[in-house]
Amino acid sequence: MNAVTVSDVSKIYTQGDVKVMALNKVSLKVDAGEFVAIAGPSGSGKTTLLNLIGGLDSPDTGHISVNGKAFEKMSSGDLAELRLTQIGFVFQSYNLIPVFTAEENVEYILQLQGVGKKERKQRARAMLDDVGLEGKYDRKPSQLSGGQQQRVAVARSLVSNPTIILADEPTANLDSVNGESLLQTMREMNEKHNVTFIFSTHDAMVMEASKRLITMKDGAIAGDQVK
Amino acid sequence: MNDLKLAWRNIWRHTRRSILTMMAIGFASLLLVFMLSFQFGSYESMIDASVKLSTGHLQVQAAGYNEKPEMRKVVPNPGVVMDILSRTPGIEAFTARSQTFVLASSEDRTRGIMVMGVNPETEKGVLSIATLIREGEYLSPRAPNTVIIGTLLARRLKIGVGRELTILGQSRNGSIAATVVTVGGIFKTGIDEVDRSTVQMLLSDFDALFAMDGAVHAIVATARELLQVGEVKKALQNDPGLKDLAVLDWVDLSPGLKQSIQLDLVSGIIMYLILIIVVAFSIMNTFLMAVFERTREFGVMMAIGTTPRRLVKVMLMESMFMTGMGLLFGMLAGAALTQYFAQVGIPMGGAADLMAQYGISGRIFPRLSWATLLIGPAMIGVVTFLTALVPALRIPGLKPADAMKAV
Repeated sequence: MNAVTVSDVSKIYTQGDVKVMALNKVSLKVDAGEFVAIAGPSGSGKTTLLNLIGGLDSPDTGHISVNGKAFEKMSSGDLAELRLTQIGFVFQSYNLIPVFTAEENVEYILQLQGVGKKERKQRARAMLDDVGLEGKYDRKPSQLSGGQQQRVAVARSLVSNPTIILADEPTANLDSVNGESLLQTMREMNEKHNVTFIFSTHDAMVMEASKRLITMKDGAIAGDQVK
Repeated sequence: MNDLKLAWRNIWRHTRRSILTMMAIGFASLLLVFMLSFQFGSYESMIDASVKLSTGHLQVQAAGYNEKPEMRKVVPNPGVVMDILSRTPGIEAFTARSQTFVLASSEDRTRGIMVMGVNPETEKGVLSIATLIREGEYLSPRAPNTVIIGTLLARRLKIGVGRELTILGQSRNGSIAATVVTVGGIFKTGIDEVDRSTVQMLLSDFDALFAMDGAVHAIVATARELLQVGEVKKALQNDPGLKDLAVLDWVDLSPGLKQSIQLDLVSGIIMYLILIIVVAFSIMNTFLMAVFERTREFGVMMAIGTTPRRLVKVMLMESMFMTGMGLLFGMLAGAALTQYFAQVGIPMGGAADLMAQYGISGRIFPRLSWATLLIGPAMIGVVTFLTALVPALRIPGLKPADAMKAV
């Protein structure tokens, strides 16, 4: 079974009187455990495609399914549940909850899943340890560097044991050292937990590290290369 | 970690803004607690004045007498009524009274007046005219055929203490009632109508003069507390010994007083509503800002699986925390301020001296009660909750992808 199936998906945004074709009949299949980078210039449709795969937005035409579940048959509540249990997100600008500590940010997902307090504390700390943030459990996002915040975001996306991680330009705000380190962490998670990773990226380092590189141009897939 | 913690911490993201919002709620509550207590305190003073100078808290009369006072409408056995009053809890004092309209003549002039028969011993416990004698002395059983008259009446009749007054009227049985009495004292209540047209005499003299045969027109009573009046009235109305008589309270006896209180209350309520609306805008501003500022964060939270309903819940918790703390502050400070002025009173300015003459304090004492403590803050609580609901309900309409694009 494909982890992700995108069939003939189109998405048009309206900006004032102007209609912009963000995606134009895109079709794509991603298998479980793949480490996929979607590359392309700004405006090529990478983020739109990730948002649609994550159920954060709905396509104008076409079909999307994740782990065999077709989005068009799902309510917004079902989609929220799917995101909570099967999809993890890593965003370009980290997007941690500023009033929570690193540990609480990671724990929050588990709380949404109804995991008990003791277990979620253990799992949150173990995941922070895995991403190299031992001893930084009580730091608020403002007390962490950009690289550390992004690691918390990765820990948050992985702690609920999702099958798919969608990462929107995760290294864009990081320097090369932090970017490489984060990429290494995600690669390990992919190999260790067989989690499917789909990135959108401009970063040559991410493209290099990916096992499959999809290139997009003007809302369509221009290339699909398995390494 | 839970939603409560998230809501609590969110409040302190903008400490200054949150404190200002809470203070707006707090000061509005403080004002409402104090103003309502002040209003109720002033109503008590007004009622107290009316009760002390005229009606008492309660009266037992013949049925229909209050609507159309007639000489023949009497309480035939006042002793029985007074027995019942003496064993009714909450009654402080009572006295029997009769009254009728007569012609009163001095050497030079004649006026139509009301003559009232009172028992000076028991009357002192109910009314304060005994303390308002400006010249001469109050009535005494040792001085029969003596009357006290109002200052304005004395001036009109050109009469003073020790002079004679001829009274001509109709007795209960329809015969002519006429007598000559001596003016023993002159009183001034400050209420022109009373001072212009009232003469008081001993109830025994009234009884003999108007052939009352032991009957009276009213038993006037005061309750220990104004708030007990309703309860006492109900108890008396249910007493089988009074079933043929009318039990009236100060509202029945002085409907104008109740209307003026209602009018004042309505104007007060309008002012309070304006105050609450101002506070509502303040809290709506805070929450609209919070929703706008955190739209991106809401998008992220929805993206990671938080349901919009849960986000609305957190927002409403924030509103309740802020409102609750503001209300608590306002209620405590309002109660403290009210209690302080309840002890020392608030001078009534120019009216104070006038009031003091009649045995009524020239200060208004705010009256703190559960009602004055809770009504205002409860209204603010409900309005602010509804106000916070408006921006919070924008959240379910957000699309995660769009929300995350917000700056």
